[in-house]
Amino acid sequence: MILECKELTKWYGDTAAVAELTLNLSEGKIYGFLGENGSGKTTWMKMVAGLTKPSHGEIIYKGHPLCYRDKGEIAYMATEPFFYDFMKVGDVGDYYADFFPDFDRRRFDELIGKMNLIPGQKVKNLSSGMNAKLKLAAVLSRRASLCLLDEPLNGIDYKAREEIVRMILEEADEKKTFVISTHLLEEIESFIDYAVFIRDGQLVDKIDIESERMRSGRSLAEIYMDLM
Amino acid sequence: MEYNAAAPIYLQVINDLKKKMVKGELKPGEKMPASRELAVMYKVNQNTAARIYREMELEGYCFTKRGIGTFVSEEENMFENVKKEMAEKLLENFMREMGDLGFAKTDILSQIEDYEEEDEK
Repeated sequence: MILECKELTKWYGDTAAVAELTLNLSEGKIYGFLGENGSGKTTWMKMVAGLTKPSHGEIIYKGHPLCYRDKGEIAYMATEPFFYDFMKVGDVGDYYADFFPDFDRRRFDELIGKMNLIPGQKVKNLSSGMNAKLKLAAVLSRRASLCLLDEPLNGIDYKAREEIVRMILEEADEKKTFVISTHLLEEIESFIDYAVFIRDGQLVDKIDIESERMRSGRSLAEIYMDLM
Repeated sequence: MEYNAAAPIYLQVINDLKKKMVKGELKPGEKMPASRELAVMYKVNQNTAARIYREMELEGYCFTKRGIGTFVSEEENMFENVKKEMAEKLLENFMREMGDLGFAKTDILSQIEDYEEEDEK
């Protein structure tokens, strides 16, 4: 088990963004995080990434309570663009290299090359598809054990989505765990190991979708409609 | 590859790989893609990729040389059998569906005749 969340709860004022959420993640698996906007997916990710503290409950990472040192092994990619406007593509690499000891600069240069991004390009002039690819290249260049990707496929064209999925699958192996939130069920259906359904900050179900296909012949969209 | 979202993905990939063997796109003795390449190619995860090779190996379609990779079986007549098997399965489904629509074998045969004629025009 790479991650165990026990009755994880986060209050914002008198609203529980995440409520008593108990969930375990295994090493080397890809999890699809599914739920409506505002269901608590982002808040959960931020807690696991150590960016916000739980109101109560526990996060156990590799057998010990999550602490600041684990930030070096847990990579989080936010939905919204998070680079400064003055930055060029190459600066993003320098910035990441400064922050994260597990950042592999060579890997980053290789990935931006593959994505047809040019180091001298200004970040603010990139299209949303290009920006999404740059964000992912930066996050995937970290040798993280746990990768939390918040809506990596949102608002970008088909071809860029295909490239992003490809990048993720090239990186995924039996040591790395991925959590990917999305509303695009068909995009992730063929490659996620588990679908995690979240509603009102609570875990509705965690389903091994290949087993489910064998058992009930339901597609991910059908399971979603039945559950949510 | 276009998947049927309601059927197990690993079986659909195995089927596609078997087709490639039958068509000669994967030749006897040829090295198969590494499991990571397979995962990217078919948009599946590592666990599914490993399962695909495990199952195919169990059924004798391929074999693994440790540390080198997975290879297509060298038994050529095996692929003739695979071709027959796949054709039988298609025919079985077709006959069942046509039967459900109320067609008898003779009706189907004449329809196939007609279909070929149409195709030749």
